[in-house]
Amino acid sequence: MSTSVARDITSEIIDSLRQPFNAAIEQRSQALEQFKKLGLPGSRHEEYRFTPVTRYLEKNFSWTKNDIEGNIASAVGFLIPQLDANVLVLVNGKFNASLSKVISPASEITITTLSEAIRSQHVAVNEYFNKFVSNESDAFAAMNSAFWQEGIFVHVPENTPVEKPVFILHLNDATSAQVVTQTRILAVIEKGATVSVIEKSDSIGENTIFHNFAEEWIVKEGAHLEYCKIQNDSGKICQVSNSVIHQSAASKLNTFTLTLDGQLIRNNLHILIDGEQCESHFYGLYLLTGNTLADNHTVVDHKKPNSFSNEMYKGIMDGNSKGVFNGKIYVRPHAQKTNAFQSNRNIIISDTATVNTKPQLEIWADDVKCSHGCTSGQLDEGALFYLRSRGIAEANAKAMLLYAFAAEVLEPIQNHTLKAYLDNLIADRLQKNF
Amino acid sequence: MLNIKNLQAKIGEKQILNGIDLKVNAGEVHAIMGPNGSGKSTLASVLSGREEYEVTGGEVDFLGKDLLELSPEDRAREGIFMAFQYPVEIPGVSTINFMKTALNQIREYRGQQALDAVSFLQLMKEKMKLVAIDQSLLNRSLNEGFSGGEKKRNEIFQMAMLEPKLAILDETDSGLDIDALRIVANGVNKLRNKNNATIVVTHYQRLLDYIVPDYVHVLYKGKIVKSGTKELALELEAKGYDWIKSEVTVA
Amino acid sequence: MSKGNQVLEEITSKEYEHGWTVNLETDEAPKGLNEDIVRFISAKKNEPEWLLEWRLKSFRQWQKMTEPKWPNVTYPVINYQDIIYYSAPKQKVKPNSLDEVDPELIKTFEKLGISLTEQKRLTGVAVDAVIDSVSVATTFKEKLSELGIIFCSFSEAVKEHPELVKKYLGSVVPMSDNYFAALNSAVFSDGSFCYIPKGVRCPMELSTYFRINAANTGQFERTLIVADEGSYVSYLEGCTAPMRDENQLHAAVVELYAMKGAEIKYSTVQNWYPGDKEGKGGIYNFVTKRGLCAGDHSKISWTQVETGSAITWKYPSCILKGDYSVGEFYSVAVTNNYQQADTGTKMIHIGKNTRSRIVSKGISAGKSQNSYRGQVHVMKRATNARNHSQCDSLLMGDQCGAHTFPYIDVENNSARIEHEATTSKIGEDQIFYCLQRGIDEESAVALIVNGYAKEVLNQLPMEFAVEAQKLLALTLEGSVG
Repeated sequence: MSTSVARDITSEIIDSLRQPFNAAIEQRSQALEQFKKLGLPGSRHEEYRFTPVTRYLEKNFSWTKNDIEGNIASAVGFLIPQLDANVLVLVNGKFNASLSKVISPASEITITTLSEAIRSQHVAVNEYFNKFVSNESDAFAAMNSAFWQEGIFVHVPENTPVEKPVFILHLNDATSAQVVTQTRILAVIEKGATVSVIEKSDSIGENTIFHNFAEEWIVKEGAHLEYCKIQNDSGKICQVSNSVIHQSAASKLNTFTLTLDGQLIRNNLHILIDGEQCESHFYGLYLLTGNTLADNHTVVDHKKPNSFSNEMYKGIMDGNSKGVFNGKIYVRPHAQKTNAFQSNRNIIISDTATVNTKPQLEIWADDVKCSHGCTSGQLDEGALFYLRSRGIAEANAKAMLLYAFAAEVLEPIQNHTLKAYLDNLIADRLQKNF
Repeated sequence: MLNIKNLQAKIGEKQILNGIDLKVNAGEVHAIMGPNGSGKSTLASVLSGREEYEVTGGEVDFLGKDLLELSPEDRAREGIFMAFQYPVEIPGVSTINFMKTALNQIREYRGQQALDAVSFLQLMKEKMKLVAIDQSLLNRSLNEGFSGGEKKRNEIFQMAMLEPKLAILDETDSGLDIDALRIVANGVNKLRNKNNATIVVTHYQRLLDYIVPDYVHVLYKGKIVKSGTKELALELEAKGYDWIKSEVTVA
Repeated sequence: MSKGNQVLEEITSKEYEHGWTVNLETDEAPKGLNEDIVRFISAKKNEPEWLLEWRLKSFRQWQKMTEPKWPNVTYPVINYQDIIYYSAPKQKVKPNSLDEVDPELIKTFEKLGISLTEQKRLTGVAVDAVIDSVSVATTFKEKLSELGIIFCSFSEAVKEHPELVKKYLGSVVPMSDNYFAALNSAVFSDGSFCYIPKGVRCPMELSTYFRINAANTGQFERTLIVADEGSYVSYLEGCTAPMRDENQLHAAVVELYAMKGAEIKYSTVQNWYPGDKEGKGGIYNFVTKRGLCAGDHSKISWTQVETGSAITWKYPSCILKGDYSVGEFYSVAVTNNYQQADTGTKMIHIGKNTRSRIVSKGISAGKSQNSYRGQVHVMKRATNARNHSQCDSLLMGDQCGAHTFPYIDVENNSARIEHEATTSKIGEDQIFYCLQRGIDEESAVALIVNGYAKEVLNQLPMEFAVEAQKLLALTLEGSVG
């Protein structure tokens, strides 16, 4: 038996990451204190019961030096073909200007690195940076707030529709050594403005990667945000993302999260509905194979009356994969006339895949309509038989049904190029791997 | 029986009834017609005591009592029956159980003894025939999963059970095919006698082929703008509501 | 609807009906808990050595454990040294027939509406009455014993059927299962025991009535039901307690053991004193109930109507070990004023082709908090497991809360699991519809709530269903805001 003394992974991480704080120094040290206080979540932590991020970090990383430069000459292979967008590329946590280009006019949108925005004391940064991120409750959020390396700042002025989408690419190059990356986004969409943001993460190399995101999205009165996240890392990546979206009155939100690959993926999506007449749609799809574990923890917090939220997450698990879903709906006192719906549907393909799901309603107002439904099962045998009786081979019939099951979550996506791209990704995956 | 004088009502900030005058005597059938949004359903709702509507003026006398002072259940117990345009569903409560509770509370109000199970079932069987409703339907949860026609038939069945003095049929014909319409109308006609009265609220003349009114009133912008006999309904059918609208604007 | 509030006021100001105490001479242990108290209880009951050892082991386990903090309830710290762990109505000798039972006791049960005498013979319910932890009388014993059915107090079972008790005690709820189960295992004073032999269908409902009477007393009863192969039993449990200002602790354990082809139906109408309108007093109801479907084709069905207690913490569960075994959980939990309930079930699918069904109807009013917490776990080898769960919450007024915490864990790809939950309030249009038919608001709410809970109430045996409906109406009529 091993007699090793229990490691204090939190301290090891802090020691390895400590670096000259280049910006927001005071906030960083506050966050560091919170990180120390929280410590990394152990296996008994209710929110990380099925998702052993801490153990993964202990087992697969040496916490010594983690400042490996990436070496990527072209981003073309990682982009969405034909998508005419503003492109921002971060390689191993650092902004890469040569791979990036901003095509929208400055009158429509401000896009800079976060460190630049902090240096120039942008009003929106002063007001919102670190305001909603869950530093008090999630150790990884606090860790990011203390140690983030670089990020992207997006600002859309009042009543401005941004024509071209914003494409943010996180690339990790682990060809030469393990990589630890901490990146961040702050986006402020002012009153009545509209923007679409696509965020994608990819990686190359055989070494392990730990990528810790934190994101703050401020959607002001009557603004409209489309936000799509694509996780398609082929490498050995462990990714934790904390996304907080704050919605003011009459704002509209569409989010879509697609998880295809990676070792250990944990997404915390926290939506604060802090105004009346808001609309919020959040969709997710996880198509898992191999040993991937994907965990989507979502919270929608209705703080004000008369808003609507609708959540639909679907998963297909094959191989030894694990799907974890946890969806919380809070309806606070006085948030009357809230309509909140949630659905989580899972299909398990192989006999070694598993799913753990916990939909959760917490309601403190009486005049509301809230529901959740979740299922776990296989393909409908009746439908399968029907297709086969029309002459379709079993494998094709299965792929067709799985595709139909999965593609439903793409419906709310507006951008045709994006939709076609996602559609292809899904169809490809289902043909190849299931 | 019913005497409405200068009745005005609003919902929220919106004034809907602007001074309705209407007198209904025992034995009579009155039809209230009018274009969408003229206040027909509001009138029915105010008479039955829906709390969303605020009465801002006027008075309603029902058999010597100030109707507007009464709670909705006391109005029902005094003999007002509303056949709803959209009857609600109550899961887990059978129509039978529902009717038994209602009938016995009304009887108690009137100082009558509660019906025992046997006499209640007898009464029910008798009334079921009137609207050709099947008992299996009445054993099910109230209106849950009923078709539009079944719901309306259930309304008329309840009307037969409670034997109201004044029945208000709110758009009872909406969503009914011709056969269902005939069954429902037939039930209403069988229940008519010289001691009770009926107010039929409808958009179309069609229902009045089956339930023949003594008087027809046209409601427009919250006021009765024209009254007449059943011929008025036919005239409306032929000329449409625009004719009334232009007449009102000219006047 | 201001009228609704007014009706709510009237209803919630109704007094708790069962809130009287009886002057029974009691035989009590001193306050507090230590090994000597455990020995005292065991000695009082003339228990064999093995049982004392089992208790002491449990006590030592309990000392190492901490009170669970995860339920969605809050209450002041319980001082376990301030509780009396044993209180028995004084009786000179154990009664041989009902004629010898203390007439005060008989009166107590008559006030509760439980006659231990002839009346029950007519309704065909055999009753074991437990007052302040001690079983005082059991009816119909002879008639049942003709069929080989054992139905008696737990202490009697220890004496008369030690081999059965020894074999099954703690077999479903191990002593160290949880904090309150360990506490119960150390200090349980009595309860009911029931054994149905092979192939026997118990011809009558078996029933236990629990009552806490003495002040500062905790009640820790233990129920053990063993259904041998192919047998059937339906068991009812009811409970009341007097009104007292301080909180009282109730930590019971119920174990059900179903062998091949056996079926156990366990129904509870829980009406412990809920505390007053300001939330003062009331019972802390921390109960561990679990059934083991040990044999193939066995079935365990829990039905509960929870209207009482200041705090309820209870998850009647089924371990579906036998192939083709079936677990069911039907629950109505009503909370009003300052009551808090965290209740639900666990369905653990281990065997193949196991099925489970969950129907939970929560109703919260006043300033209460009502949580459903449940787990459906399909283990790796539980091929073709099926579960359907329906969890509905109804809120009355804007100061209460309804919470749903379902855990669904699936490790087998052939499982089909469906979970649905809704939260709503009583529709104003539903109430108006009733009013328009001449039904007053109180009756309308009672009608709608009973309709809402009907799927669960239907599972109760007739006599209980009527009582349950009355209880629902009493706590909630008209409480729509």
